[in-house]
Amino acid sequence: MRDVAVIGIGLTKFGELWDKSFRQLITEAGAKAILDSGISGEEIDAMYIGSMSSGRFVGQEHIGALVADASGFSHLHIPSTRVEGACASGGLAVRQGYLSIASGINDIVVVGGIEKMNDVSGTSATGTLATAADQEWESFFGVTFPGLYAMIAQRHMHEYGTTKEQLAQVAVKNHKNGALNPNAQYRREITLEQALKATMVAEPLGLLDCSPVTDGAASIVLCAAEKAKKYTDKPIKIIGSGQGSDTLALHSRRDICTLDATVHAAKMAYKQAKVTPKDIDFAEVHDCFTIAEICAIEDLGFVKKGEGGKAIENNITTLDGQIPVNTSGGLKAKGHPVGATGVAQIVEIVEQLRGEADKRQVKDARIGLAHNVGGSGATAVVHILEGM
Amino acid sequence: MRNSVARFWREIPQRYNFLGNKCGSCGRVYFPPRETCPICRRKSLGKMEKYKLSGKGEILTYTIIHVGPEGFEEQTPYPIAVIKLDEGPCITAQIVDCDIKNVKIGMKVQSTFRKIQQDGRIGAIYYGYKFKPAEVR
Amino acid sequence: MRNIGIVSYGAHIPRFRIKTEDIANAWGKDPKTIENGLGIIEKTVPSIDQDVATISVEAARAALARCNINPQDIGAIYVGSESHPYAVKPTGTIVGEAIGATPILKVADYEFACKAGTAAMQTCVAMVKAEMIKYGVAIGADTSQAAPGDALEYAASAGGAAFIIGKENVIAMINETCSYTTDTPDFWRREGSKYPAHGGRFTGEPAYFKHIISNAKNLMELVSTKPEDYNYAIFHQPNGKFPLKVSKMLGFTYEQVKQGLLCPYVGNTYSGATMIGLASVLDVAKPGDRIFLTSYGSGAGSDAFDITVTNEIKKLKKENAPLMSDMIKNKEYIDYATYAKYRDLLLLE
Repeated sequence: MRDVAVIGIGLTKFGELWDKSFRQLITEAGAKAILDSGISGEEIDAMYIGSMSSGRFVGQEHIGALVADASGFSHLHIPSTRVEGACASGGLAVRQGYLSIASGINDIVVVGGIEKMNDVSGTSATGTLATAADQEWESFFGVTFPGLYAMIAQRHMHEYGTTKEQLAQVAVKNHKNGALNPNAQYRREITLEQALKATMVAEPLGLLDCSPVTDGAASIVLCAAEKAKKYTDKPIKIIGSGQGSDTLALHSRRDICTLDATVHAAKMAYKQAKVTPKDIDFAEVHDCFTIAEICAIEDLGFVKKGEGGKAIENNITTLDGQIPVNTSGGLKAKGHPVGATGVAQIVEIVEQLRGEADKRQVKDARIGLAHNVGGSGATAVVHILEGM
Repeated sequence: MRNSVARFWREIPQRYNFLGNKCGSCGRVYFPPRETCPICRRKSLGKMEKYKLSGKGEILTYTIIHVGPEGFEEQTPYPIAVIKLDEGPCITAQIVDCDIKNVKIGMKVQSTFRKIQQDGRIGAIYYGYKFKPAEVR
Repeated sequence: MRNIGIVSYGAHIPRFRIKTEDIANAWGKDPKTIENGLGIIEKTVPSIDQDVATISVEAARAALARCNINPQDIGAIYVGSESHPYAVKPTGTIVGEAIGATPILKVADYEFACKAGTAAMQTCVAMVKAEMIKYGVAIGADTSQAAPGDALEYAASAGGAAFIIGKENVIAMINETCSYTTDTPDFWRREGSKYPAHGGRFTGEPAYFKHIISNAKNLMELVSTKPEDYNYAIFHQPNGKFPLKVSKMLGFTYEQVKQGLLCPYVGNTYSGATMIGLASVLDVAKPGDRIFLTSYGSGAGSDAFDITVTNEIKKLKKENAPLMSDMIKNKEYIDYATYAKYRDLLLLE
């Protein structure tokens, strides 16, 4: 097993990007990352692309080949693989790329994540996102994605006294961070009152508790750590990588309020990195809905189970808090182009660790954690990064 | 047409009659039925026995859906819940015959046979379980 | 036909109600005039997820809950309705699957306007008598549709009942049954048409009254009875007035008719009408009670039954399913807009 570093990052703007096609978005992100890394196309050993449902969003499967081709690499015949794990597709692609270098098989790997969600109707997009849930035993009966997380929220409120205000504060915080992120979908702050009065989607979650439908792509270049300094003087090492699975349906979970897949993935990553939650300086967590961030900071071990709401209320996770969470704006404000999210989280972590996060810079950022979840928690992937 | 009639038909015994199964090794009840018991694993292979659940349970958590998926838009707002069945397994289903305001965690419920969705105006109709408060006759 | 009869029964009506008053107001009519003219105060409304299949399943399951029959011993299921969910694909198979009676089972769906359910009962009686089946289930259920603004809108409601017919543990013997049928186009619905049409006042004397009166007289002649020999009389109830008038014309009293007259608070459940009326009577009937039932279906025909309640009725576990009175009391009112949404009166595509 050898160490792996991130030597290049790239991101498109996230939002409703009518002028950009699926192919344009992924090649834009890839080109930025490759240029940032300083590698040449001939040096790429493999590509891993995360995309949840290109088939239903743009009618296109066989993404691995498509992306290699669109990037101009078809004559190089680079092995290119599409990775899928619902909303964790990006994070899983990062892990697959990481494993292929750590194992010694590859030296340089390009990882991309892409989702083009706005070419289909809102109803259709919602239906596609719902395929991350159990089709036969959840979606069939009329539960939606927001509905599943809303049920987690109801139980969390029942068991731990978490309040709607605490949920809303997650949205307020993330919008505040997003306003400082030039690539974010939403770059304006919102008030607590706006969040609380937003149109109800699935009680208690309103429109502003939910991440949006977004187009976007992100890309990183991974390199064996021993070779990284050849390309960049700010390589960022992946010191821990973990992954976990759990029951597909929310109703089959051991505990409705705990994403055991997150707990498992985090344990794996902490163990490998030889760090504890206390050592994490900042994190990008999977806030597909406000309640998801509250559960995430609990399941990742930053606070005890049930105390996520209080942590938000006490500003522990703001940009200048004890452990800044979602400095990018999170899925909520930055946007959630499903397959791209997991990769975009790594981009933010790397920017922070390089000291290049501009107005969003976390002081003394040394160790960052990225947390990406699929569906209502059936898949989770955690990466821990540190400046070399 | 959106749904597959074959896929629906295969699950009629579950959706109409709560036919699950029971591990012949440890006795745990599963719904929907599983090929193996996750606890006993290979010891349960070939030992899973058919078992009909009662359709009675209790609400573990719920939400009120205001923005419904395709095919359910006309029904909103409707309550949907995770229900812990008396025999142990948990399932997801709509709650009916109840004022939305009265749906509560811990509420005892019983199943009822209802139309779940249909494939537009010319496609098939899919029936299955929904749950009503235990005291509604 | 000694010893063949009803072994168990069950019924179901939806919870929602709409008042005659609210329908009248929606159309700018005087509520009191309509209520008095039709004798209907409110009617049942099925929710979006209820249809003839779900109502039939509830009724059949209720019937099974009250007795000890093994569903696999049911040899036939006939569902009569004029609002089957599919024009082609039987409701009976859905019921069969939902009560565990499949696959050794004879099934067909019936249609004869409001008397499809009683026709199903006659078929089951005949099949039991011919020893072709051990038990048969006859169901009459409807979620009948009426054109918005039409006079029928005040009555067209939803509900149904299921009767298990057999030879063993009979709680009510069907002593005799007869029918009176002619080709009389008083009320109909064309294939592909959403709402029925009718001949106005033509639906009265030459249709409803002629067939019921003729058939009722024929039955009483067949079994040599007079109206006063019966404890209960159930007539088809398209509104709250016709059954009172026809029963009076035949010589029955209000006392005999009232237990089986549900229309004022339930509306006209079409194929379910006399069936739920019979369920209501069986809810209170005692051993030895004699019941006279005459259904009517437009098109036109009438089925009449002479029924005697047996001692077995005491053994029936009636409490295992709701009584008609329980279901009538268990209600939630909706307004005309909600009613229009549930009854699909607003074209959404």
